[in-house]
Amino acid sequence: MDNVTTPSQENYLNHKTGLWSWLTTTDHKRIGLMYLYAIVIFFLSAAVLGLMMKVEKMVPGQTIMTAQTYNAMFTLHGIIMIFIVVVPGLSAVFGNFFLPILIGAKDVKFPKLNLLSFYVYIAGAILGLFSQFAGGHSPDTGWTFYVPYSTTASSNVVLALTAAFVLGFSSILTGLNFIVTIHKMRAPGMTWFRMPLFPWSLYATAWIQVLATPVIGITLLMVIAERVLHIGFFDPALGGDPVLYQHLFWIYSHPAVYVMILPAMGIVSEIFPTFSQKPIFGYGAIVVSSLAIALVGYFVWGHHMFTSGISYWSRWFFSFLTFIVAVPSAIKVFNWVSTMYGGSVDMKPPLLYAISFIFLFMIGGFTGLTLGSLAPNIQLHDTDFVVAHFHYIIFGGMGFAFFAAMHYWYPKIYGVMYSDRWAYIGWGVLFTGFNILYFPMFILGIQGMPRRYFDYLPEFKTTQMISSIGAVILFTGLIIMISNLIYHRRRGAIAPQNPWHGVTLEWMIPSPPPHENFDEVPTITEEPYTFHNPVTK
Amino acid sequence: MSNTAHHAAHGIDRDSGKMGMWLFLFTEMFLFGGLFLVYAVMRSQYPKEFHEGSLELNVFIGTLNSVILLISSATMAASLTAIQKNDKKMALRLVLTTLILAITFMVFKGYEWNHKLELHLYPGSEVMRNLAKGEIMFFGLYFMMTGLHALHIIIGCTLLTIVAIKIKKESINSQNFLLLENSSLYWHLVDLVWIFLFPLLYLIS
Repeated sequence: MDNVTTPSQENYLNHKTGLWSWLTTTDHKRIGLMYLYAIVIFFLSAAVLGLMMKVEKMVPGQTIMTAQTYNAMFTLHGIIMIFIVVVPGLSAVFGNFFLPILIGAKDVKFPKLNLLSFYVYIAGAILGLFSQFAGGHSPDTGWTFYVPYSTTASSNVVLALTAAFVLGFSSILTGLNFIVTIHKMRAPGMTWFRMPLFPWSLYATAWIQVLATPVIGITLLMVIAERVLHIGFFDPALGGDPVLYQHLFWIYSHPAVYVMILPAMGIVSEIFPTFSQKPIFGYGAIVVSSLAIALVGYFVWGHHMFTSGISYWSRWFFSFLTFIVAVPSAIKVFNWVSTMYGGSVDMKPPLLYAISFIFLFMIGGFTGLTLGSLAPNIQLHDTDFVVAHFHYIIFGGMGFAFFAAMHYWYPKIYGVMYSDRWAYIGWGVLFTGFNILYFPMFILGIQGMPRRYFDYLPEFKTTQMISSIGAVILFTGLIIMISNLIYHRRRGAIAPQNPWHGVTLEWMIPSPPPHENFDEVPTITEEPYTFHNPVTK
Repeated sequence: MSNTAHHAAHGIDRDSGKMGMWLFLFTEMFLFGGLFLVYAVMRSQYPKEFHEGSLELNVFIGTLNSVILLISSATMAASLTAIQKNDKKMALRLVLTTLILAITFMVFKGYEWNHKLELHLYPGSEVMRNLAKGEIMFFGLYFMMTGLHALHIIIGCTLLTIVAIKIKKESINSQNFLLLENSSLYWHLVDLVWIFLFPLLYLIS
């Protein structure tokens, strides 16, 4: 099984060379990598913005930027992180690279459409940046574009809205491509319930992308129409209703949270069996809970609006459903933990990241239930508590799953190994910094620190300082982790075909994979995660 | 099923192409769905003003346009049958008929809009500002909904032109007509949206 690949062997990286061969490629693996590089660059720039905001808040009063700059920064940070990094992130990078391989296919069903959605993505990202530097004020509405401010602000809101619209279009095309790929391209013998869990989670995600994204599309168009054509959908003076905007916005943006987190759950469901050398516990439960999350996730949007003036019964209903949607997530947590139980656990960096995913995701999940309860919500709405909660879910959840996937599949993608030692150090610094940065924000929020504020009262001084120090530590951790990966790209030891003793299809082909993935179309005869000869330590 | 599809990985088979198109049409339904949702909320809030607003619309032209679009859907469906029967000439003629009907629809629509503009019944105008809030909202929705629909007609026209050229060049033929089939699916959707828009905007009692 452990055939060592010599780098001279033909693979997708040396199949054709030159910049042009990359820019015009329809190979899902290369498109995945192009997304990866774009997303890492955007992630780091938005992380720098986050760091600068935290530096500004280290001590009370104005230090390194003005209040208006601060507003523009949290807006840009949000737009980049949500629309350019986190929503496309896992599907576009690891979904593109590994979905076809995991189902035994040569490519996605529509390879040209796949390339098109990459360029639509790049166009949207450029528009987003352009809105910041196009002269006039940078947008300062926050990534949520709430009316009436977004319809009256004098900044370049229309450009930012258009950017989000275009990025949504790219997301739809990727989702559409994946659904058809999963329906039509599975290898012979791969029935639905023999499909690994990452493809399953991408399938649930893709449906959300296809069915929810158009709603944000039309909503953004309505805001643009209000600004440009004076059609007052959301302006009470013209008969409109500002709360209607919030409904429409969250009808998309809540399911979008599941677009972020479902693939993350799929990735850790791949990692736990491999590093426990044991079949996943409750395969069916994980599949069904993914679909349940995708479905119920559509009907909880109102929990963002408890304080916006919606009726008693809608609050009751949305709060109830919010608790219901926590159940399938909890089921998954039990499954992952049970998978490790009695297994031959090998604490390699990917598993360490996957376990931290569970830990951080649970803190994010429980505080989500606190926010989903009606009474605490009144106190906590729009405070730093909310900011801490969604960073635990999005960064601690999706972000750490991204890092886990990076460390898990790195040997497969590049055919080389990184340094375990530096991966552990990077993880330690990152994990410590993460908790020092975000945990104090829960406390700040409970004490009444509003989100998106540039300045604060003196009593928050110590906690703000701790949180800001955490930001510096976290950023250092990021640098260590990424440097380790970049450094070993050229200098790392040659990776074997199957360094982790995994049993899914990607480990049955050389590292890096050949141009067309499989020399022979594989035939699937058994359930995924069947370990015939588990490797024990 | 997945076996045969797998071997055809590099060409797009008809099944997959149609499935992709249907998924795209779902997104279109949700796009318009957002507007229909806003319409429902606003109409329940201002039932009387919506009725009064609709009296300003020209029911005759609206009806005429509905008939035109229905016929165009029929000619489009017929062209698909024609190409399957290998009747290239007939298929081309029917696609061009659809195109002409689409342009006719746009001409009538343009006439209607132009009339509204002459009466200063457009968002942001002085006349509009003095109307009741519900009526302002009605005309806002009227322009947004018919405008977005018209944009789809224009995209459809571009698509129909490409299809006509490809039929002429015989790259769409009785063996390979996925683009024609998907374009007619798209065209039927555009037609269907109008079938809902017409009563919702023109026939409010």
